[in-house]
Amino acid sequence: MLAYAIRRLGQSLFVLLLMSALVFIGVYAIGDPVELLVNPMADEAERLRAAAALGLDRPLLEQYWSFLQGAASGDLGKSFVFNVPALSLILSKLPATMELAFVAMVIAIAIGIPLGLVAGLKPDSFIGRTIMAGSILGFSLPTFWVGLVLVMIFSVHLGWLPSNGRGATVLVAGIPVSFLTADGLAHLAMPAFNLALFKLSLLVRLTRAGAREAVLQDYVKFARAKGLTQSRVIGVHVLKNILIPIVTVIGLELGSVIAFAIVTESIFAWPGTGKLLIDSINQLDRPVIVAYLLVIVTLFIVINFVVDVLYSLLDPRVRLGGASAAH
Amino acid sequence: MPRFLRLALAALAILGLPFAAGTAAAAEREVTIGLQAAITSMDPHYHNLSPNNSMMLHVFEPLIKRDANQKLVPGLAVSWKALDDLTWEFKLRKNVKWHDGTPFTADDVVFTLSRVPNVPKSPSSFATFTKPIVSTKVVDPHTIIFKTAAPHVLLPSDLASVMIVSRLHGEKATTEDYNSGKAAIGTGPYKLVEYVPNQRVVLKANYGYWGGEEPWDKVTFKILTNAAARVAALLSGDVQMIETVPTADIAKLSADKKYSLVDKVSNRVIYVHLNQRTDTPPPFVTGKDGKPLAHNPFKDARVRKALSIAINRQAISDRIMEKRSVPAGQLLPDFFFGTSKKLKPPKYDPEGAKKLLAEAGYPNGFSLTIHGTNNRYINDDKIAQAIAQFYTRIGIDTKVETMPASVYFSRATKGEFGYMLLGWGTESGEQGSSLRSLLATYDPSKGMGVTNRARYSNPQLDALINEAMATIDDKKREGLIQKAAEIAMGDTALIPIHYEVSTWATAKGLRYTPRTDQYTLAMGLKPAK
Repeated sequence: MLAYAIRRLGQSLFVLLLMSALVFIGVYAIGDPVELLVNPMADEAERLRAAAALGLDRPLLEQYWSFLQGAASGDLGKSFVFNVPALSLILSKLPATMELAFVAMVIAIAIGIPLGLVAGLKPDSFIGRTIMAGSILGFSLPTFWVGLVLVMIFSVHLGWLPSNGRGATVLVAGIPVSFLTADGLAHLAMPAFNLALFKLSLLVRLTRAGAREAVLQDYVKFARAKGLTQSRVIGVHVLKNILIPIVTVIGLELGSVIAFAIVTESIFAWPGTGKLLIDSINQLDRPVIVAYLLVIVTLFIVINFVVDVLYSLLDPRVRLGGASAAH
Repeated sequence: MPRFLRLALAALAILGLPFAAGTAAAAEREVTIGLQAAITSMDPHYHNLSPNNSMMLHVFEPLIKRDANQKLVPGLAVSWKALDDLTWEFKLRKNVKWHDGTPFTADDVVFTLSRVPNVPKSPSSFATFTKPIVSTKVVDPHTIIFKTAAPHVLLPSDLASVMIVSRLHGEKATTEDYNSGKAAIGTGPYKLVEYVPNQRVVLKANYGYWGGEEPWDKVTFKILTNAAARVAALLSGDVQMIETVPTADIAKLSADKKYSLVDKVSNRVIYVHLNQRTDTPPPFVTGKDGKPLAHNPFKDARVRKALSIAINRQAISDRIMEKRSVPAGQLLPDFFFGTSKKLKPPKYDPEGAKKLLAEAGYPNGFSLTIHGTNNRYINDDKIAQAIAQFYTRIGIDTKVETMPASVYFSRATKGEFGYMLLGWGTESGEQGSSLRSLLATYDPSKGMGVTNRARYSNPQLDALINEAMATIDDKKREGLIQKAAEIAMGDTALIPIHYEVSTWATAKGLRYTPRTDQYTLAMGLKPAK
């Protein structure tokens, strides 16, 4: 296990290094941040001063090297636009995005898996068909459109929910969260549901497919023949066996929900990292782009690690040290 | 993304949901305003950026302010005059207090001038405005004299862009201290309560304000960059005013009695620069058969004129801009300083354009690509498409390529395009400074032609601009600038398309005084009587 963790850590560092190099080259290829930041009336001296102030007057390699030196000590540079450390800017927005993503995932799991099971166990019933038809809608309606329709119905027409922003927060272990206050929940409901919809439909389809396959297996028939209760057959024999692909997908999707909540965040003006990233890309605010991507890559790495550990817990045949033992 | 939004808005229109009442303001003396762009700092000298400059005016004040038409009016200075070509005397307002109660004096002005060029890591410095001042002399606590090295006619206009900060609070303050509110002690009508980057700015009234009390106890600015979200926030009553109403929603909002819409022509002109850097054809300009042309067609004034009169500006305004644009014949609408009443928008004349092309040796036209942004100006990509259609009619094969501003501007500055669709806002409110930045011969070390991406060069124009910029007398200077503008436009030095019209929507019962500088100020928002 320990050797496995160390090897993963090494791979992760390499991925982070590669990522930062790509972003550096990418932003360099897109354009010159000074062009966007400096006032168009500024003269040559002012342009040169701005470039020097932001460290953009030096060769790219030199800039990258000093970034690496800073990164080694945990300093990812200061935002060109906001003049605050890029990492703390992102970390100040990350709780909002994480909260939105987790609540969305909880909604997707809590609704998606039970509905998927129902649809899988009773595929030809009216309810099973309705669920599947609904999941097609959830799949195919674009997020921004659903978001706007939600706003039109619940904020504009009914006036029940606020149209944008994050509600009142309380500190839990030093992290501001909003799902514990009534105001926070009111603000959270629409964006979370909006973000959850696609994942929910995905989980419905995945669970249904798994369940349909599993109920035909001999061990399920055998369990039924033994006279086990329906709930035990489904809960233990069916569900546990189809969970591996589901957990994989949930893990991957959690990462993508965090990283790509951008559309939902901009429709609901949710003060998260997605909105920050879009603005930073438009401004070529390189330190923020780099820091954001490094944070997201780190998140993906951690999530994948957790998923691997979960596999070994769900399926005793999976052993984490397996690959190294094969050498 | 903008394309998605348009689709989404169309979808909403189809749904045709009746808009429920949601106009009740939170509390009577509180108001929330939706802004379209982030405020990047509360340090008034950190980032020379329109949204910031607009926000700063609530908390801080410059010596000279600009009214809704960008005319200079007294701010912290009650009067100013040039004693000679190099010396300016400013009389400061008495009995003005900083938010903490300490009095405002000439020493704060001296401190401000010393701080402006020395803000660390400033991405766009205000030093451009203070640099011409080489020395200051405090005559008494309410009189100050500025000396410049060369005659500097734009000094009052420049100082209208520089917020005065308090020496007491600013001496050791960093940008961070202004953001946190610790140093953000101004003289303005509002005090800073909270600044959250990319999210909101909260202000409360400064009851002791010298200019009289404001109608609001508390003002919250929310950053709502997404246009559809901004409109939805207004419709649901979460905000009481928004800026930059998307074109697609204007008709609907103005028909609804629950909202009122105001608009005003802005200081921003949408124009075309034609790359004239070389005698050989510029990039993306070829013969119709794809073979290179012998010369750069844009160097011929007849071709430039043909390209200008081939555009039906009125049609662009009517069909694409929903009438929220005004066809342009120069760089600023004609009520601004230095504009010429003689310069009308060029008349649409495709036949005349064809004739001019034939005279210039291109009877069968040639081929070009219009390069423009797709996320910077109102409907920028649609304008490019429309122009391409007009050119096709006069026999010029036209392609269109649009891209995000972050990619576009760097490439345009490097001269990688031939036909460039651009925009320019004149912050000074004086046409002379625009002529100097856009059309004077490129010489960045002297501040001439700094944004002349076309590299248009006309010695006669340069001479007039230089003379105007050294003429302190307003009447005489205005005459020179008008003459310069007439020469430039007569030569089609650039192709002006239209002036953008800015729009604001408020909930019923509120009235906003629209501004040419596109600023959204709580001071301009009053309960309607």
